[in-house]
Amino acid sequence: MEETIQNKPVKPQAEAAAAPAKPAVVPEAVPAENLVVSTLVEPEKLHGEMLRLKNEEGMDFLELITGEDWGEEGLGCVYNLWSTTTGKRAYIKAVAKDRENPFLPTVSDLWDIANIYEREVFDFYGIRFLGHPDMRRVFLREDWVGYPMRKDDKPEEQNDLRMNNFVYADKTTQYDCDADGQVHETEHIVFSPEDYVVNIGPQHPSTHGVLHFRVALEGERIKKIDPILGYIHRGIEKLNESYTYPQTLALTDRMDYLGAMQSRHALCMAIEKAAGIEVSERVQYVRTIMDELQRIDSHILFFSCLCQDMGATTAFLYGFRDRERVLDIFEETCGGRLILNYNMIGGLAHDIHPDFQKHVKAFIPYMRKNIKEYYDIFINNVIARNRLIGVGVLSKEDVISGGCTGPTGRASGWSNDVRKHAPYATYDKVEFSEVLRTEGDSYARLLNRMDEIEQSLHIIEQLVDNIPEGTYQTKTKPIIKLPEGTYYSAVEGSRGEFGVFVESKGDKSPYRMHYRSTGLPLVAIMDKACRDELIADMMAINGTLDYVVPDIDR
Amino acid sequence: MKPKRPKIKSIPYEEFKDNETFEKLVEELNQNGVNVIVRKLDDLLDWGRSNSLWPLTFATSCCGIEFMAVCAARYDIARFGFEVTRNSPRQADVILVNGTITHKMAPVLRRLYDQMADPKYVVAIGGCAIAGGPFTKSYHVVQGVDKIIPVDVYVPGCPPRPESFLYGMMQLQRKVKAENFFGTTNRKEKSPLSLKEIRKQEDEIVKNQEQA
Repeated sequence: MEETIQNKPVKPQAEAAAAPAKPAVVPEAVPAENLVVSTLVEPEKLHGEMLRLKNEEGMDFLELITGEDWGEEGLGCVYNLWSTTTGKRAYIKAVAKDRENPFLPTVSDLWDIANIYEREVFDFYGIRFLGHPDMRRVFLREDWVGYPMRKDDKPEEQNDLRMNNFVYADKTTQYDCDADGQVHETEHIVFSPEDYVVNIGPQHPSTHGVLHFRVALEGERIKKIDPILGYIHRGIEKLNESYTYPQTLALTDRMDYLGAMQSRHALCMAIEKAAGIEVSERVQYVRTIMDELQRIDSHILFFSCLCQDMGATTAFLYGFRDRERVLDIFEETCGGRLILNYNMIGGLAHDIHPDFQKHVKAFIPYMRKNIKEYYDIFINNVIARNRLIGVGVLSKEDVISGGCTGPTGRASGWSNDVRKHAPYATYDKVEFSEVLRTEGDSYARLLNRMDEIEQSLHIIEQLVDNIPEGTYQTKTKPIIKLPEGTYYSAVEGSRGEFGVFVESKGDKSPYRMHYRSTGLPLVAIMDKACRDELIADMMAINGTLDYVVPDIDR
Repeated sequence: MKPKRPKIKSIPYEEFKDNETFEKLVEELNQNGVNVIVRKLDDLLDWGRSNSLWPLTFATSCCGIEFMAVCAARYDIARFGFEVTRNSPRQADVILVNGTITHKMAPVLRRLYDQMADPKYVVAIGGCAIAGGPFTKSYHVVQGVDKIIPVDVYVPGCPPRPESFLYGMMQLQRKVKAENFFGTTNRKEKSPLSLKEIRKQEDEIVKNQEQA
């Protein structure tokens, strides 16, 4: 369906005809801007090398671990590292040659976030991580047969729809390797019989989707949280491997539906840069404005849901009143309210609506006026303040180690805005400030998002009058193929860094496409954020972390 | 006597798109004629029930956000009596399946449905709930909720617009208004999985585990 849109000749519209699209082919000698050059490290040396990178080169942020199946070469992982001090990036590749019993050393003792990333790799590829304290499946059922992301696995044939209710194991396994190369199993206990465990979800109105927490309590204080994911795991990454590049676009909107524009922007950008397709200035401007509108939309919804979760229904209605105005602008141009399908490879699906600028300009003062009401009705309210200030505190070390990007990380003083550190689209041309706070509590996370709405309005204000003339769609080849290689592009999504990792073998569909979910680190940090807090505050904490579950599960 | 045409406040009867199916349903329900007194009682009951359908707050993905928008001020679902969203299935009359149902979620949904008290209704909202939507080829997605629970009304869209959402809810109201609660047995959507089957499946698994 997406492909037919691409194939259609550009409409004989005045603007499109005025600037005929250049055949955008970059000579092959020039490597793509987002090409990933990874260093291959032997599995035995992996842990030492990672430790060296972390301590000596300041690579303190583990961005992503991508599991891969390289066929005969074996299974393995690609690690994306980023230094918060120097801004340098490093890509490490490790291969486990044995397909039957693949083992790799864990790095979960170096970065907290590696814990859940490695469990994800184990779930999809069956790679066991030596020394990982909790080697359980994370998305699929514990009785799932096979590892679905392996190229030779046939998940449909081995797994019928099972309707029995499932009991989650209280035990987990750790694999260790001794000097002789023998692998031992050690059992660990997740919850002991003495623990008082409360199930929250999967059907719970405040988990923002279908998410399951097992919470161990000590009186009213939270002792431990074990998140169980995968209730909305839709296998998007596997589907992508059988889709052509334009087809893969359709699924990104449905992952993080409150960051539909941004996710799709990231994917388009990854493909465009890899294939050497140049997009016009006009497209860059429109994409930036749309991304910021989407951010406003998402943050308003965040505010509304947080109020709803904490029992302030009136404030919820205030938020939705303003959100409808943003949706009106989207609807006019894109035709959709929530799933927008606007960005395309090489440009946009269609040009902006003639009234777009007028309505956006009317929206800016409207929103500035209404955001004051949010403070009056909820944010400055004494109950809200008491329940949010000093609750769920995360330190800067916690968020970096836990990979919590976005407003959550910035509330703890970690400057991580992709728009500032690696500007894309037109972010280098506009003036805006990165909102930073150091308290790291729920209230700081809330205020950060409110301030970001104002920054977004400020960005839109600078761009909306200056949208340059030009084509809205660069002509692409009828079949888009990426040159062989690995590519990574990231944008600043509504709730953190959203990255797209594409590995291409030169075909019309990706060999592997992996997304850096913005929400997965936020769920993984729940245990730390809620430790020793009251159970009643748990919903407020997870409300301010603001994740979207389909984006976590993919 | 002939059954009365159900009246929905906001949409005249002729403007509903699918009147044939509805008439067939009414005919089927009243094969043995309509009792004058009992039908009067039924009408009263149906009137009450159809105007206060309490939905379960159940959303798995994108359609859930649209459901929230429908509940908010602009579309205001409270005009039709659906605003009392319940968080417990025991108190809900209708389950709106908003979003994709995956293999892991399927038993949970079935359990929620079983926990609801009769009379209960199911509305499948969006492409995913109807037939798997854009994820129909996936290894982890159920190809429509009607594979696991009986569905009364389907609302297509990805996600459906709030207007079609409300239209679907009014179709459900019509269906409720045609139902008989006294005298005759009611026609129900056939459940794709009987409780017996599920119990059998569960027993087998327990047995296998015990043997292992």
